[in-house]
Amino acid sequence: MPEFLKEPLEASPPPGQRADPRQLAVRCRGLRKVYDGRVEAVRGLDLEIPQGECFGLLGPNGAGKTTTIEILEGLLRPTSGEVEVLGERWGRRDHELRQRLGISLQETRLSEKLTVRETIRLFRSFYRRGLDPDATLEMVSLGSKARAQVGKLSGGQRQRLAVACALVGDPDLLFLDEPTTGLDPQSRRQLWEVIRDFGKRGRTVLLTTHYMDEAERLCNRVAIIDRGEIIALGSPAELISSLGGEHVIEFAVQSKGSSMGEPNGREAPAPGALIPAIKELRSVRAARADGSGISLTVEKPHLAIPALLEALQAHGLEIARLATRHASLEDVFVNLTGRHLRDEGNGSN
Amino acid sequence: MAQIDPSREYSPLRELIFTRLREFFREPEAIFWVYIFPVFLAVGLGVAFRSQPQQVIKVGAASGEGAERLVEIFRDQAGFQLQILPAEECRKDLARGRLDVMVEAKGKEYRYVFDPTRLENAYCRDRVNRAIQRAAGAADPVPVEDEHLSEPGTRYIDFLFPGLIGMNLMGGGLYGMGYVIVDMRVRKLLKRFLATPMRRSDFFIAMLSSRLLFLIPEMLFLLAVACLGFGVPVRGSMLAVGSIALVSALSFAGLGLLVATRARKLETISGLMNLVMLPMWLLGGIFFTTGRFPEAMQPLIQALPITATNNALRAVMLEGATLASQLHELGIMLGWGLVSYLLSFRLFRWI
Ligand SMILES: Nc1ncnc2c1ncn2[C@@H]1O[C@H](COP(=O)(O)OP(=O)(O)O)[C@@H](O)[C@H]1O
Ligand SMILES: [Mg+2]
Repeated sequence: MPEFLKEPLEASPPPGQRADPRQLAVRCRGLRKVYDGRVEAVRGLDLEIPQGECFGLLGPNGAGKTTTIEILEGLLRPTSGEVEVLGERWGRRDHELRQRLGISLQETRLSEKLTVRETIRLFRSFYRRGLDPDATLEMVSLGSKARAQVGKLSGGQRQRLAVACALVGDPDLLFLDEPTTGLDPQSRRQLWEVIRDFGKRGRTVLLTTHYMDEAERLCNRVAIIDRGEIIALGSPAELISSLGGEHVIEFAVQSKGSSMGEPNGREAPAPGALIPAIKELRSVRAARADGSGISLTVEKPHLAIPALLEALQAHGLEIARLATRHASLEDVFVNLTGRHLRDEGNGSN
Repeated sequence: MAQIDPSREYSPLRELIFTRLREFFREPEAIFWVYIFPVFLAVGLGVAFRSQPQQVIKVGAASGEGAERLVEIFRDQAGFQLQILPAEECRKDLARGRLDVMVEAKGKEYRYVFDPTRLENAYCRDRVNRAIQRAAGAADPVPVEDEHLSEPGTRYIDFLFPGLIGMNLMGGGLYGMGYVIVDMRVRKLLKRFLATPMRRSDFFIAMLSSRLLFLIPEMLFLLAVACLGFGVPVRGSMLAVGSIALVSALSFAGLGLLVATRARKLETISGLMNLVMLPMWLLGGIFFTTGRFPEAMQPLIQALPITATNNALRAVMLEGATLASQLHELGIMLGWGLVSYLLSFRLFRWI
C-alpha cells in the first residue's frame, strides 16, 4: 500500500499490559511531546478516563491541551509515552477505532459553499453506522438551518454543526477541543445541553476548555493542566474543596474618612501589608493580594465578614468594595499557579 | 431521538465527489476562469491576429536624389505603398515599425535599410528587391504559378484553440487538485477528514474523478465555442480528441497533486503553481509554435506535458491524425502523470 494511504501512526509500542481496557475509555502514561526538538508542549502526562465520564482538560492558552487531545485522537505522534483509546493502541486497527470516535478539532473551516445538510451527510457517509443526519441536526437545534450554506451561519451555529459532525457517527467516545471558545453565552449553553445529552446516554466525553465555568458545569472530573503538566485532578467539587473553603471574599480598603474623589485623603496601606493579619481571622483559609484588593478563601462567610470588618476597624481602615461568591476552578488555578486562566503570561495580578 | 441507521445508504465516494462538484459550481470565480476566460482570450487573440487581407508592404524612400525613380517603379505595383520622407524621418518610422523597409537610391545602385531579425522585414526587403530588379529588366528563368490558400485550419485561431484547450487542461489539473487540496489543508479540513474513518483512497479517487467529471463540460464547451463560434475544424475523430484530453487531464491532475503534497500555505501553492505553469505557458506552444525556440531547447520543450498535449490536439484537430499516431505524445503525458502520482504517494501530508 502506498505511503500516503497508510494511517499516520505506525505500530511500534511494546506489547503492553492493560490495566482494564474494557472500563477505561482513555488511558495514557508518561505522554510527552516536543515540537521541533525545542518546545516541550506536554511533559509527562498520565490520564485514566473511565467510560461514561465527561472529563475536562482545563488550562490557559498554550498549556498543551490541543497537543494532548490530538495525540489521544491519533492525529499527532507523541515524542514518548503510551496511549490507549477504547482499549486500542494507535497504529493497529485505526480504521475500526475511528468508527467509534467522534472528533471536533479546535479549528476546522468547513466548506462554506455546502449546505448544513450536505456537510453532515458527508461526515455521516464516512461511518459504517451512525445517526440520521437530519435527526443529528435537530439534536444541535440546526434543523431549521439544514438548507442554509455553512458560510451564512453564525459562529455558534458553525460550532454546533462541527459538534454535530462529530456526533453523527454515534461515537462511544467524543473528543471536543475548545468547543465553546469565542461563543456568546447563549450558544455556549446550547452546546452544553448537547454535550450533556450525549453523556446521559452513557458515552464518554473528553473536552478541553479554558473556561472554568464550562469545566465546572459539564465535567465529572477535571484535570487542570499548566505548561504541559497536570497540576490538579479531581471532580470540580473536590478541587474546590481542596482550597479549604468554598467561598471567596474579594474586597478593597481605604483609609477612614477618605473617598474616591478626595485627592488629599491619606494613602491606604498596600494590600500585601494586611495579609498576614487577615490570614489569622476566623474561618479564613487563604488570603492573597489580587490587583488593588485582597482575595480571601473562607469556609463560612457569615463568620469571616464580621471578623474582617472588626480587624479593618482596628487598623483605621474601611471597606471600599466587597463581594462574596462561591469558589470556582479559577480560584483553584490561581491558588496553584498565582496566575489567572485567561491571561497567560501576565504573571499574578 | 435519532435512531441507528443500519443500512449502507451513504457512499463516501459519492458524497466526496458531490462535495467537489457543488463547491465548484457554487463558486462564480471558478466558472469564470474555466469557461469565460479562455473564450475572452480566444476572441481577443483571434481579433489581434486575424488573417489580414493581402498585406501591403510599406516602403520608405528619402526625398531627394533617386526618389522619382522609385516612384516610377512602384507606381503600378500592387501590394506596395511608397512614402517619400526626409531621410531622418524615414529612419525613425522604420524603427517604430511604421515602415517595413527603407530604400536609398544612389545613382544606379540601391541600398536597403531594414531589421533582419524581424522575419517579415527580411521578406519585405526581398519583395522590394524583386520589384526593383524586374523593373530593371530581370526575368524569372523558370516559369512558376501561385495558388492562394484560405481554407479553415490554417488561420491563427485554428492554431490557437487547441492551445487554449491544452492551457485549460493544465490549469484545471493544477488548480483543481493543487490549490484545492492545499486550501483544504489550510482549513484543517484534511486533518478533520483524517480524524474520521474516511478511507484515504476514497478521498483521492473522489478528487481525481471530480476533476475528470469537470473535464466533460469544459471540453464540450470549449470545442463548441471553437467549432461553432470560430469555425475551427476537428478533422480527426472526437473520440481521439476526448482521449487525449482525458490522458492530459490525468497527467496534469497528478502534477497538481504533486505540488500540493507539502504546502501548508496558500501563498506557497500559488507560487509553486506559477513556477510550474509559467514556463509551460511560455514554452509549451499555447500561443505560438514551439519551433520559434532554438534547437538546443527543443528536447526540453518537447518533453513538457503541455507541449505533448498541444501537439497531439493540433495533430488530431487540424491534420486529422489518428490517436494511434499520437502514442509518443500520450506516452509523455502518461510518464509525467505516473511520476507525479508515485512521488505524491511518498510525500503527501494530511496535516
Ligand atoms: N506545531 C507546533 N509547532 C511548534 N510548537 C507548537 C505547535 N503546536 C503547538 N505548539 C506549542 O506548544 C504549546 C502547547 O500548545 P497547545 O497544545 O496548542 O496548547 P493549548 O491547546 O492548551 O492552547 C504552545 O506553547 C504552542 O506554542
Ligand atoms: Mg488549543
